[in-house]
Amino acid sequence: MKSRYSIFSLMRNALSYHEKWPEAWRSPEPKPSYDVIIVGGGGHGLATAYYLAKLHGIHNVAVIERGWLGGGNTGRNTTIVRSNYLWDESAALYEHALKLWEGMSQELNYNVMFSQRGVMNLAHNQHDLRELSRRINANRLNGVDSEFLTPQQIKDLVPIIDLRGNGRYPVLGASMQRRGGTARHDAVAWGYARRADEQGVDIIQECPVHGFEIENGKVVGVQTAKGLIKAKKVGVVVAGHSSVMAEMAGIRLPLVSHPLQALVSEPVKPVIDTVVMSNAIHAYISQSDKGELVIGAGVDKYVGYGQRGSLPVTEETLAAVCELFPSLKRMRMMRQWGGIVDTCPDASPIISKTPVEGFFINCGWGTGGFKATPGSGWVFADTIANDRPHPLNEAFSLERFNSGYLVDEHGAAAVAH
Amino acid sequence: MLEINCPYCGPRFETEFSYGGEAHIERPKDSENLTDEQWGDYVFMNSNTKGVFLERWVHTSGCRRWFNVARDTVSYQILAVYETGAKPPKLDLRNDV
Amino acid sequence: MPARFRLTQGGLIDRSKPVSFQFNGKVYLGFEGDTLASALIANGVHLVGRSFKYHRPRGIMSAGAEEANALIQVGEGARSDPNLRATQIELVDGLVASSQNCWPSVEFDVSIVNNFASRLLPSGFYYKTFMWPASFWMTYESAIRKAAGLGKAPEGPDPDSYDKTFAHCDVLVVGAGPSGLTAALSAGRAGARVILAEQDNALGGDLLSEADAEIQGQPALEWVEGARAELEGLENVRILTRTQCYGYFDHNFIGLMQNLTDHLPQNAKPASLPRHRLWKLRAKQVLLATGAIERPLVFSDNDRPGIMLASACRTYVNRYGVKPGKKAVIFTNNDGAYAAALDLHKAGIHVAAIVDLRSDPEGPMTEQAREAGLRILGNHAVIATAGDKRVKAVLVAPLSEDGEKVYGGGEKIDCDLVAVSGGWNPTVHLHSQSRGKIVFDDDYACFVPGTPAQESVTAGACSGNFGLGACLTQGHDAGIATAAKTGFKAKGRKRAPPKAEDRNFLPARWMWLVPGDKPLGHGGKHFVDVQNDVTAADLHLALREGYRSIEHVKRYTTTGMGTDQGKTSNVNAIGIVAGHFGCPIPNVGVTTFRPPYTPVTFGVFAGRDVGDLLDPVRKTPMHALHEHAGAAFEDVGQWKRPWYFPIAGEDMHQAVNREVKACRDSLGVMDASTLGKIDIQGKDAAEFLNRIYTNAWSQLKVGACRYGLMLGEDGMVMDDGVTSRLGENHFLMTTTTGNAAPVLGHLEEYLQTEWPELEVYLTSVTEQFATISLAGPNARNLLAELTDIDLSAEAFPFMTLREGTAAGIPARVFRISFTGDLSYEINVPASYGAALWQTVMTAGEKYGITPYGTEAMHVLRAEKGFIIVGQETDGSVTPFDLGMDWIVSKKKDFVGRRSLFRADMSKDDRKQLVGLLTDVPEQVLPEGAQLVEKVEDKPPMKMLGHVTSSYHSPNVGRSIAMALIKGGRARMGSKLYAPLADGKVVTCTVTGVVFYDKEGERTRG
Repeated sequence: MKSRYSIFSLMRNALSYHEKWPEAWRSPEPKPSYDVIIVGGGGHGLATAYYLAKLHGIHNVAVIERGWLGGGNTGRNTTIVRSNYLWDESAALYEHALKLWEGMSQELNYNVMFSQRGVMNLAHNQHDLRELSRRINANRLNGVDSEFLTPQQIKDLVPIIDLRGNGRYPVLGASMQRRGGTARHDAVAWGYARRADEQGVDIIQECPVHGFEIENGKVVGVQTAKGLIKAKKVGVVVAGHSSVMAEMAGIRLPLVSHPLQALVSEPVKPVIDTVVMSNAIHAYISQSDKGELVIGAGVDKYVGYGQRGSLPVTEETLAAVCELFPSLKRMRMMRQWGGIVDTCPDASPIISKTPVEGFFINCGWGTGGFKATPGSGWVFADTIANDRPHPLNEAFSLERFNSGYLVDEHGAAAVAH
Repeated sequence: MLEINCPYCGPRFETEFSYGGEAHIERPKDSENLTDEQWGDYVFMNSNTKGVFLERWVHTSGCRRWFNVARDTVSYQILAVYETGAKPPKLDLRNDV
Repeated sequence: MPARFRLTQGGLIDRSKPVSFQFNGKVYLGFEGDTLASALIANGVHLVGRSFKYHRPRGIMSAGAEEANALIQVGEGARSDPNLRATQIELVDGLVASSQNCWPSVEFDVSIVNNFASRLLPSGFYYKTFMWPASFWMTYESAIRKAAGLGKAPEGPDPDSYDKTFAHCDVLVVGAGPSGLTAALSAGRAGARVILAEQDNALGGDLLSEADAEIQGQPALEWVEGARAELEGLENVRILTRTQCYGYFDHNFIGLMQNLTDHLPQNAKPASLPRHRLWKLRAKQVLLATGAIERPLVFSDNDRPGIMLASACRTYVNRYGVKPGKKAVIFTNNDGAYAAALDLHKAGIHVAAIVDLRSDPEGPMTEQAREAGLRILGNHAVIATAGDKRVKAVLVAPLSEDGEKVYGGGEKIDCDLVAVSGGWNPTVHLHSQSRGKIVFDDDYACFVPGTPAQESVTAGACSGNFGLGACLTQGHDAGIATAAKTGFKAKGRKRAPPKAEDRNFLPARWMWLVPGDKPLGHGGKHFVDVQNDVTAADLHLALREGYRSIEHVKRYTTTGMGTDQGKTSNVNAIGIVAGHFGCPIPNVGVTTFRPPYTPVTFGVFAGRDVGDLLDPVRKTPMHALHEHAGAAFEDVGQWKRPWYFPIAGEDMHQAVNREVKACRDSLGVMDASTLGKIDIQGKDAAEFLNRIYTNAWSQLKVGACRYGLMLGEDGMVMDDGVTSRLGENHFLMTTTTGNAAPVLGHLEEYLQTEWPELEVYLTSVTEQFATISLAGPNARNLLAELTDIDLSAEAFPFMTLREGTAAGIPARVFRISFTGDLSYEINVPASYGAALWQTVMTAGEKYGITPYGTEAMHVLRAEKGFIIVGQETDGSVTPFDLGMDWIVSKKKDFVGRRSLFRADMSKDDRKQLVGLLTDVPEQVLPEGAQLVEKVEDKPPMKMLGHVTSSYHSPNVGRSIAMALIKGGRARMGSKLYAPLADGKVVTCTVTGVVFYDKEGERTRG
């Protein structure tokens, strides 16, 4: 390991005025060819590259990013991590990811500040309660921690909540995953980048992809702003731009890209210690370590590649927040932004081989990709390395949209995030 | 907040409308004879275009009529509005991205 | 007695109106027209807060929206506001304000220890540590969280109200400085509908801070007064002061926040006014005249209280009549700060020196300064500052030619005020939010607006035009041009723009990082972002570690991520990064400008859409009667439905049992008005239903009813309900309560976009009819008393409808049943719903008529194995999964049909609907319980499916349940187990779904 981060290295470097810290990763020019090229330098892509090298011995790997690492949804999400999904297939995938989160800071030797402060999903009516019970039971039997909280237990954990919800959206209960929580999103990208680089992976930023070289149904290279780069295999993991990239390889996807909006308040002293999500009223909220309230809003309904959100969505979300937390009405929105989320008809991802040999795609994470980052990279690396899906992502094939075996998370769970 | 020019009511705020996704995807009349893949393509696949996109909107809080819109999905500029069933107008794509 | 630092005259304050306020527990006096910042300075208070990370003492650095230091907690309890900028808080009698982020006090803050340990806390230190032992992160984090944050959130529900409004205009002018005013005047005179929005409480912009500017030969503020009077006289012009244009969205849609009462004492706030109002504005043209913000110089220890922007010094002296210090040092790279020096000098403040980075500044401004006897130190830099809670001296040294080094130990100059100017940044935020590009101007070393992306223009300092005369002209011309674009041509003789002098400024010397006498980071801190304590050394560290993109630098160091969003720091940071790479600034690029320009209250986005108005509550015409009867209600979509009707002393279970029994034994009555009702007419109505529903409709006789199942194109059950044929070309469809609107939308979509050739008309009539459902063996007996319709089984068989009267009210009576008992649903015009209900209740007394709610209905239909869409289905269930093959026509196409024949749809292990009976009859399975074939010692366990519905059934005399189980129909008679959260396991047996009256005789009788 080139330079281990620790309190001791911090002290040592303090003596030399922090002038001796090495680069966290190199910025090399691309080689003429690679065994694997990962298109997309977000958390998922960087994790894929890292696991390809670390677990599958494939070190001749490049990650190609059109802008800066983590500049897409990795750096734009509300950092919630949980695994309490309804269907067995989803629960297994996200739980695998959660286990990786639990050791990530140590694995990467980079503090990603994964904080298991708990994630709560509120129920506001009898239907919500029924669905909550179904999900809690399914989670439990899948080995995913999940419990029911009574309104009083909710109030004890989040004293600023108004359980009456003004009568319109009363809080009748919640599911709680205590192992869920939040993490520092940028650090995930940087931590994986640093470790992948250490494993020999070339990270190439500011290098847009213009097309793919395909010969006899097999991918052989990637056309980029820095010229043609040959590759034996290509993995595309570019979230909102998946349809655009796939089209370059002649593949159609069932995705719709929407702008998803988030916002933060000005920083204040701690007022909320867990993550509170309410699907019925389209709001979820947590507080960052810096003190900002981090609020996730809904998507704009139309296809949009602009990384910005519209005012009606802000209004709807903040009205809901003010309703649940009437004391936060005087807080102020400090910054608002949007990311482009690629939503799938069944609200589940696609981690799959494609009709083009050697061309793999990982997309469709919709509004919930961040939490899957390590697991997504892990199974994608395995799928690329072995040319077949890992059992954890077998159900998430592109094929399912023909056969009908959908993993319908929004139809089933009262949670679409 | 987009301003959408409903062909029947005139310009209105986006919040009066609902979205219907990609336009000009015709429902197959002979679904019997389609393969699973062809049918799956109709039901689920779409072009999700970055750039000028032909899409459907309905004036939910107004006349409740469906119509088509040509909109740039990056700048969100609306280039044309036309009736359901009509052919897309010829567009000046200089603003394309 | 006037405050110590109040000038004896001048300023725009009202000296006849003293205002008393509290800061950190001490009472002070100011005047009306003061901000909290100016009043504090008048009282000699400069130490107002502590910084985010190092807890260094901080003062007031600006006089406007860009303030990054002086963040104040205002008010107490539920009306407490954190993080307000002292520079924008209008002083109001009784104001209570305090410093933030310090303990025990701003004067003595124990966390200052962070400052001494700062060597260990460079940017990103937290990414490198707190990892051992792994389980300790939450402990470390808890301490970090407590230390972070700035102010405190309010402590109770906000008692104030907020409002929103829509508006349209031809020309929106943002900013009422010189260019904004001439723009509004010329657009207004042309007749365009103009809105002029100004964040300040007065018009004039920078002119409010000028001592002796002149326009058209008169004092500038007199001209401003004239402009205001003229604008107010124009009917087509609306002026909004205290209104921040915070966001520029697509299609020229603008968000503005207007502050209506914050500047009034609590007892003088009119009850009729909301606190803040959100303006949602669509403008045909937007004219941005948002001015510019001065930027500081980055030099060693440039953060001490008493170090402020030169322009702010002018504002304090000229607008507020206060002395920001007694002895000032000016530190500048441009001519602009000389005006500040002269104004300070005139106000009687001793200007000890003007330290100018330029080597030989010689021009009109330097001449004036020399004439005033001021000492100019050209080619010099401030290389260090001293003072703890207030700056008390600076160290000044000559610069090397390349500006990389300083010579000598420096000269110490005592002072209590350092006025700094590093040039100006046009306020391009809104232009950039509108997706307009910004470009770098080498002459002024700042970003200026490039080509607009929407219907907007910029004018004045915001466009990089800094002279007063030029601003007036540009605003004037832009006003004419934008008005013309909206169809308002200026009439009559062309008016000339007002005239004013443009000062001739010497070129500046751009230096992003002022060297000190030590290498960067070796002592002394060059602050770039004072709020987040980010120094130039931090930026260099980030670059050294490979965080090269400006976005990485920002995120790694947190520069520009404070409440000010980098208004004074971002461009300096970019300059320092460019300097490090030795590349031109445009190569570094900029971070994205995001809304809002300044923070916006959450409450204003909610407006009045809270409480009862958050979401409509829908009530049936009989709602008041149900309330009177003591019903408990359940929310179903937006509807309030009676859930059960407890009588004295009953709990829910007892009430439901009684209701369920009554429906089987004698007579129950239910309000079914919430079911969706869609009137379908036209010659192709039957064909339309054929295509929408899975079953066939052409042969349905007039007067007959049929149950239908509707699928999505993916083959999954979407909705169900009974549709009746009222005439040859006339149907009435019912939908589930929650799906009424989506189903109508679904029908309209297919009708208009896929089958426009069909002549069909759809009308939602849900709210036009009230529906009362009578159920039970006495249903016919009761109804017979009330109607003229022949109710005999022969004349009015099951699954038909008749029109007639009920209790004298025109009615449609449907003989359909969701309970499985003899049942009639009576539709009457909604306004008669309550009357019919009351009549039925009275007439039914002899049968012990029992109103029942949704819970009893659920039990009754479960006894019969009827599904509820959304409970037995979840978007992943086909008709075959439900065992409803009988309803799927093989002869015709319908929406979703092809999907039913995909490869995975016929698999044996699909989840299928079955009944469950617990081994212990009294035991009721919890809904949502998961079922397994084999109970393991601990999870994971292989699940087969879940309980969708489960009740105690008094009619069956035991518990009953329905479940979706993998391969369920092949498991009849086999045992399944439900391991519950409390460790108990419920054993049950798979059965069919019909538990009661399997032959259906009761319904048909």
